[in-house]
Amino acid sequence: MSDQPKKKLDLSRRDMPKQAPEVRRQNFDEVPLGYPEATAIAEAVRCLQCKKPLCVPLCPVEIDIPGFIKGIAENDFAGGVRVLKDKNLLPAVCGRVCPQEEQCEKGCILHKKGAPVAIGRLERFLADWEATQGEPEIPAMPAKTGKKVAVVGGGPAGLTVAGDLIKLGHDVTIFEALHEMGGVLIYGIPEFRLPKAIVKREVDYLQKLGVEIKTDFVVGKTRTVESLLKEYDAIFVGSGAGLPWFMQIPGENLNGVYSANEYLTRMNLMKGYLFPQFDTPIKNHQRVAVIGGGNVAMDCARTALRLGAEEVQIIYRRSRQEMPAREEEIENAEEEGVIFNYLTLPLRYIGDENGWVKQIECLKMELGEPDASGRRRPVPIENSNYIIPMDAVVCAIGNSPNPLIPETTPGLEVGKWGNIKADEQTGKTSLDRVWAGGDVVSGAATVILAMGAGRIAARSIHEYLTSS
Amino acid sequence: MFNVIESNMIVPNLHLLTLEAPEIVPEIQPGQFVILRAEQDGERIPLSISDWDLEAGTLSVIFMNVGVTTGKLAALKPGMQIPTVVGPLGIKTEIENFGTVLCVGGCYGIGSIFPIARALKELGNRVISVIEARSNYLFYWEDKLKQVSDQLLYITRDGTKGYKGHVRRLPQIIQSVGSKVDRVIVNGCSLLVKLSSDVTRPLEIKTIVSLAPIMIDGTGMCGVCRVSLGETTRFACVHGPDFDGHEVNWEELAQRRKMYFNEESVPLQTSRCEEHAEKILAEHLNLE
Repeated sequence: MSDQPKKKLDLSRRDMPKQAPEVRRQNFDEVPLGYPEATAIAEAVRCLQCKKPLCVPLCPVEIDIPGFIKGIAENDFAGGVRVLKDKNLLPAVCGRVCPQEEQCEKGCILHKKGAPVAIGRLERFLADWEATQGEPEIPAMPAKTGKKVAVVGGGPAGLTVAGDLIKLGHDVTIFEALHEMGGVLIYGIPEFRLPKAIVKREVDYLQKLGVEIKTDFVVGKTRTVESLLKEYDAIFVGSGAGLPWFMQIPGENLNGVYSANEYLTRMNLMKGYLFPQFDTPIKNHQRVAVIGGGNVAMDCARTALRLGAEEVQIIYRRSRQEMPAREEEIENAEEEGVIFNYLTLPLRYIGDENGWVKQIECLKMELGEPDASGRRRPVPIENSNYIIPMDAVVCAIGNSPNPLIPETTPGLEVGKWGNIKADEQTGKTSLDRVWAGGDVVSGAATVILAMGAGRIAARSIHEYLTSS
Repeated sequence: MFNVIESNMIVPNLHLLTLEAPEIVPEIQPGQFVILRAEQDGERIPLSISDWDLEAGTLSVIFMNVGVTTGKLAALKPGMQIPTVVGPLGIKTEIENFGTVLCVGGCYGIGSIFPIARALKELGNRVISVIEARSNYLFYWEDKLKQVSDQLLYITRDGTKGYKGHVRRLPQIIQSVGSKVDRVIVNGCSLLVKLSSDVTRPLEIKTIVSLAPIMIDGTGMCGVCRVSLGETTRFACVHGPDFDGHEVNWEELAQRRKMYFNEESVPLQTSRCEEHAEKILAEHLNLE
């Protein structure tokens, strides 16, 4: 680099076109539209191609970021795809839902200048470009090892493990409890943020690589882990989310009070927005409150708007600054007209004579001293109670790990939240030949962290399978 | 895809469906359920398992045709396929040697109480099976139940067989049994299981009921099936479907079951003639 003439830094991070807020709140189509080719190239050229890139170590799945960006910059999109897919099997997904601002883009040298390279948008661009090129390229596959791996759960962690291990020559079968593959990518994340056709494409790709898929199969019920161990050399458990949390306040079982999981599953997996063409109904409530401040809360609020709600309010007990949702998602929700009630705590839900929620009693909060998480603790303001009329509430405050496998697998150690205990460096559980990762280990986290855990476990499983 | 082996209307509006599900069958225990989808765009509904055949790898469910999905299931013929059968889900019914057990079934519960009675009998219990219906022509599986019961008793609302009335007659039946009844287990519609629990409460006999709230995934993820037992909330799909009938908040359960009452008839109106939808709605209202 030093020999070359110094290039003037391009600090203009390219925006990605989006559907206009007044349009998109009327439809379920994807909100950001992706970079046009010329914009992608212009953005890619901004990458300094650092010799020791600081973005890569921040990527949970260790993508060669400058490598794939170089492909775009040099108009070699196929080459870029190859580099990208070498480490990431779900680039079209990650390009959309990864919190890049907290990960790779934070490490970008240009971040210090306030204009990090838009790594996520470029990742998405390449993945979407590939989808327009007909059948995806199938990499050269190694000879079969004859080892068999069972993957429990077809979500981001399981898909990553399956992809990594099939490419190393092992036989892989994914067992999925629901009738469609993808886990949270299918039942949780809405169409307008992650089109389901993309998930399907990525799953199809795994099948083309030889991964066997069994849907409608609940490990822990249809067959136990113990029984699978007789047939498979190794098992990875990525069974994901379990029981949704509620706040344990009065009125939570009134009609019209949903967990985020229920609301989103009706909407996404069961296609409630296409009712009655699809049989599963979802209510078109007029005034909807969403409790919580994470990405899931934003998804629920924006879903409610698209279902025709006149008013959607986020109720969050801290302030905007502490909100865990991605900035981009908060902005999208704000643009679409979601009302944010910060420093507000729901106390109880009040029902009508038919058992439907009609009001929420709330309490105002103020920020006090920082708590264990480092965020300022919200403290109630006395006598600040007030009541707001509402005809639905979606509780988006998280969930515990899925209990089915811990409950049916003797000897599998769990933590105090019911999460499976797994070694951070290897994903190994307390049971021989059983690995675990994703939300069932970490509690509710992000897609990319689950994929990162899958990558770590796959490496350890491969070591085990090839050494024994 | 799962093969339909048998599909019959066994009594008016109650259907028996036998499905090939060789991976599920070996794991089934009495009191468990499966979730089915009738077609690709279909909803997921839970149905209690009424019997199974290990050798053939088949399981049977019995259901009343009350809505969109049950209508589609009822229309199936042998040789056809459905996309989803998943299970066995839920926790099995607690089966021990309790002594004398009253197994009460109504509607589809006449079927789903059968494997429970069989398992209780195998463990040496004195099993008194009590089945309830509007009229005598609505009974089925009487021979099967006789084989696993010390006594089979009937209640009909019109008095055409056995006791006349409703499960409110259970205390008289319990008295007539001659010995102490150690446990009552009830399968059937919400009204039947609620009324049974109401009448056994003063008698202080432990009463286990199988509940059927609305479910989606059936694996503990969505939480729509929550049921209040005193101060605690439980999820019927993973903590149930069996609960102590004396602890269940019945009013809430009834309200929650009605949540999509209006929507449930919409696909019927859009995909079939309106008379048919109205007929089904009317039947539904009769049941309430």
